[in-house]
Amino acid sequence: MDFEDTLPADHDNREVLSVSDLTRAIKWTLESSLPALWVQGEISNFKHHTSGHMYFVLKDDAAQIQCVMWRTRNGGLFFTPQDGMKVLVQGRVTVYEKRGIYQLDVHQMQPAGIGELQLAFEQLKERLRQEGLFDLEHKQPLPALPSRIGIITSPTGAAIRDLITVLQRRFPPVEIVLSPVRVQGDGAAQEIAAAIDDFNRYGQVDLLIVGRGGGSLEDLWAFNEEVVARAIFRSTIPVIAAVGHEVDVSIADFVADVRAPTPSAAAEIAVPDRDELNRQINQLALKAHRAVEGTIETAWQHLKRLESSYGYRRPLDIIFQYSQRVDELSRSLNKSASHRLALLREAVDGLSKRLQGLDHTAILRRGYSLCYRRSDGTLVRSAAQLELEDEIEVHFHKGRVLGTVEDVVPESAAGEPARTPSKRKKQRRRQKSTRQLDVFGSEPE
Amino acid sequence: MEQKFESALKRLEEIVGLLEKGELPLEESLKAFEEGVELVRFCTAKLNDAEKRVNLLVKTEDGFKLQPADFQE
Repeated sequence: MDFEDTLPADHDNREVLSVSDLTRAIKWTLESSLPALWVQGEISNFKHHTSGHMYFVLKDDAAQIQCVMWRTRNGGLFFTPQDGMKVLVQGRVTVYEKRGIYQLDVHQMQPAGIGELQLAFEQLKERLRQEGLFDLEHKQPLPALPSRIGIITSPTGAAIRDLITVLQRRFPPVEIVLSPVRVQGDGAAQEIAAAIDDFNRYGQVDLLIVGRGGGSLEDLWAFNEEVVARAIFRSTIPVIAAVGHEVDVSIADFVADVRAPTPSAAAEIAVPDRDELNRQINQLALKAHRAVEGTIETAWQHLKRLESSYGYRRPLDIIFQYSQRVDELSRSLNKSASHRLALLREAVDGLSKRLQGLDHTAILRRGYSLCYRRSDGTLVRSAAQLELEDEIEVHFHKGRVLGTVEDVVPESAAGEPARTPSKRKKQRRRQKSTRQLDVFGSEPE
Repeated sequence: MEQKFESALKRLEEIVGLLEKGELPLEESLKAFEEGVELVRFCTAKLNDAEKRVNLLVKTEDGFKLQPADFQE
């Protein structure tokens, strides 16, 4: 296009252009003379618009240029550009006529070197640390025995395989729930963060393991993204981070409640060893058994003391029988705990009922009384043991009385009293013989 | 489930402690032992439960559900 053609004919040699014309000329000049090219600079004023378009300034010490990276082009970025980051961009210079500015229309962007990624890592780490995301007080304790574990990782690859293998070997009853995600590249960080939030909404897992296998810094980069860090921090379900190998430490590792150096290590941290737990429980069962046997032995000793202090003969036999049974039961207690226990209980119940029956205070409570001859302390079992004027002591359930025999009424053969007892206190009947042989009749003398 | 196992194990240890102290009367000892036996049974059952499969977390319209996954490795 020839500018001369547009000049109005009636002007003199001065060239007067409209703004649009001038701008159009500038646009043409710039856009045709500058091909697509690579530029290196430092990002500042970075804005990621809600529209998805990215606007930023690329600068060095002496100059700067406006940049735009449209949504359709920036979706492929594996990292989030940050102010201060040095990057390499590829694009074309364009003129935005409406605003009279020139800008770089960016087609590709990458960190200027590994150093740049490292820098971005350090900057984000410092920023999040200052916000308190790494603080110990925010770390949640892991459940001692999770019943259901959520795993966020790639559905293929070594990480998921190792996790499942070790988890199931160590603790077979644990349930595993997988939310498969991409662990590198475009959108991976967003997927990972969304999966963490999903599990928190689902709610029915006790623990989360988030991670991936080894790789380069770029490969692992998703786990250094802020969106993942915040999702982990938000999670009310405890999170174990297992990103890469031992030497790889990601920001996810710092925010997580526990960091595992490898997926296998994560599995070992997550669940206890079942065999070990079984051993512990068997130990406890053994101790309990021994302790109860000891208690039974003590009780048996107590029983023995009881029977000797009451001096009953016949009841002794019963006690012996029962206590022998207790013996047998307690020795074979380890065969079938609850069956034995039932028998034992039965034996003890029976025994204690028996004892209660034999217990003289129970008898006394029923109204019976015990009569002792005071001269020698003998327990009187039949009237025949007493003579007139014997001093007796009668024990009741509560208290006792002292008395003197004023009449002795033996039993007849038929079990009926020979005559009714006399109630006259002062009258005394002398008997030729105060001895009655026993219930089978008296022998007159 | 997790809470129940943990608290069962804790209670079992408590009971063993009580029994070993020997200060309980016979009746209580037997009761405690009985409870201990039950706890041992419960814990053992939980631990030796059959192996579970691996599931996928699947989003549905009104929430989530689990779907069996196939990880035979």
